Amino acid sequence: MTRALPVLTVIGLIVVIWYAASVWMNAPWVYDQAARAGESVTFSQMVVETQSQSRPVLPPPHQVGTALWQGLTGQAITSKRSLVYHGWVTLQSTLMGFVLGVVVGTALAVAIVHARVMDQSVMPWAVISQTIPIVALAPMIVVLSNSFWSGSLPQATGMDSRTVAKAIISAYLSFFPVLVGMTKGLRSPDAMQLDLLRTYGASNGQTFRKLRLPAAMPYFFASLKVAIAASLIGAIVGELPTGAIQGLGARMLIGSQFGEPLIMWSALFAAAIMAGFLILIVGLAERFAKARMGGIA
Amino acid sequence: MDQNSVIAAKNLNLTFQTNDGPVHALKDVDLAIAKGEFVSFIGPSGCGKTTFLRVVAGLETATGGGVTVNGMTPDQARLARAYGYVFQAAGLYPWRTIGGNIRLPLEIMGFSRADQAERVKRTLEMVDLAGFEKKYPWQLSGGMQQRASIARALAFDADILLMDEPFGALDEIVRDHLNEELLHLWARTGKTILFVTHSIPEAVYLSTRIVVMSPRPGRITDVIDSPLPRDRPLGIRDSAEFIAIAHRVREGLRAGHVDD
Repeated sequence: MTRALPVLTVIGLIVVIWYAASVWMNAPWVYDQAARAGESVTFSQMVVETQSQSRPVLPPPHQVGTALWQGLTGQAITSKRSLVYHGWVTLQSTLMGFVLGVVVGTALAVAIVHARVMDQSVMPWAVISQTIPIVALAPMIVVLSNSFWSGSLPQATGMDSRTVAKAIISAYLSFFPVLVGMTKGLRSPDAMQLDLLRTYGASNGQTFRKLRLPAAMPYFFASLKVAIAASLIGAIVGELPTGAIQGLGARMLIGSQFGEPLIMWSALFAAAIMAGFLILIVGLAERFAKARMGGIA
Repeated sequence: MDQNSVIAAKNLNLTFQTNDGPVHALKDVDLAIAKGEFVSFIGPSGCGKTTFLRVVAGLETATGGGVTVNGMTPDQARLARAYGYVFQAAGLYPWRTIGGNIRLPLEIMGFSRADQAERVKRTLEMVDLAGFEKKYPWQLSGGMQQRASIARALAFDADILLMDEPFGALDEIVRDHLNEELLHLWARTGKTILFVTHSIPEAVYLSTRIVVMSPRPGRITDVIDSPLPRDRPLGIRDSAEFIAIAHRVREGLRAGHVDD
């Protein structure tokens, strides 16, 4: 309870501010409507009206909650209107991109730690890669995926080129934290620990397996948490500029383009909840690894 | 070079090139150590005592002269598992149990699983840590961790033990206790021990021979053969002989220190 109290206080505060903001931001429309009808509204009438508009500027929490619940449970999960369906589309690309990003990031970190030439040649490019706005890059990746993910590949893998494009965008964002974290982690053993293994005549491979890799685990899990969030962002961004009609990102874009704020906000919260679960899963994996490594990782 | 010596340094020089010019870490070091000796190296920082140990271990390469270990070069000796090295910090892997840490060199050297288990058990008993095999390092005190690191160095039955200020980070009570245990261990196993220390009483209490070194350039200024018997109760440190040797070590250190 002592731990829940601060959290609940913050949530309560956010809800209060949110409600206040929704009244304030939706009020002009209420006054505007009343003025057109030649009526006058009292303050309390105005407040009530701001809470139930169909196209509010800022929907209040209960409207978002209702829309979210509707989106999740209001129809079969295979329906094009179901957030579960769109969430699943986004989740597929997220997880594929995450796995790809972790593999690429780890592989590059291993190469960088073992070869000085890789350190000098790869790291600057990795840094530069993250300075390019992903929104600018995403359409190009979609077009490229369209051309190379063709022929029998979509049939054989059961993934269309858009899923692949989104996964690549996800990986593009998520490999970097893993690369930086793992490079640091693999280099974390100090000179004495490396000397100790030298006195045993350990090979590079043994030094890597017995010392560098386990020593890097805390860094690994820290970077995984950043990477999984970046993967989700990558998948959503990949859905925005590409004419996608499936996925939470597409849902947000549709909501904003057709002036349906509730669709947008419910998709936004669905994405946030998904991110929360993904980070929770990574956290559980970390705790499992930690327990197996004597409580240190 | 004495054919019976386990470790023989002849005209050993080691110069580090730094931005401030060359640093003579070791200059014209001659030393022969026979099997079963307990040799302490004592001197102020920068006198090359640790560097000498590292050269013997093949962790540094001499720039002049040479050293042989069991008649081999340090690199060959390392691959032949001639020595175990104990560092100032225990350096146990926090993600391995005590048993797992002692198993580390055995895994790397490719001992069979059954042999590993047997050796872990035996060396843990040797350092009085039987029953702690399944514990993690953080569950042990600093002194126990250092004992475990000694067990790790003993596990593969090297004849030579190189110890670089192994008890430097421990408090004096624990240090006394471990010194006593180390002597018992030495008496039981008959290993050749090279022991780097900052402490005069520790050097005198443990050693059959004390090598006094001084810095700039790092060199040997005195070698003292201890007349103390091999069997040494802690109380021996109040004896006249002990105090006389300690006095000579102190004089040697002071003589090498004129430039400060």
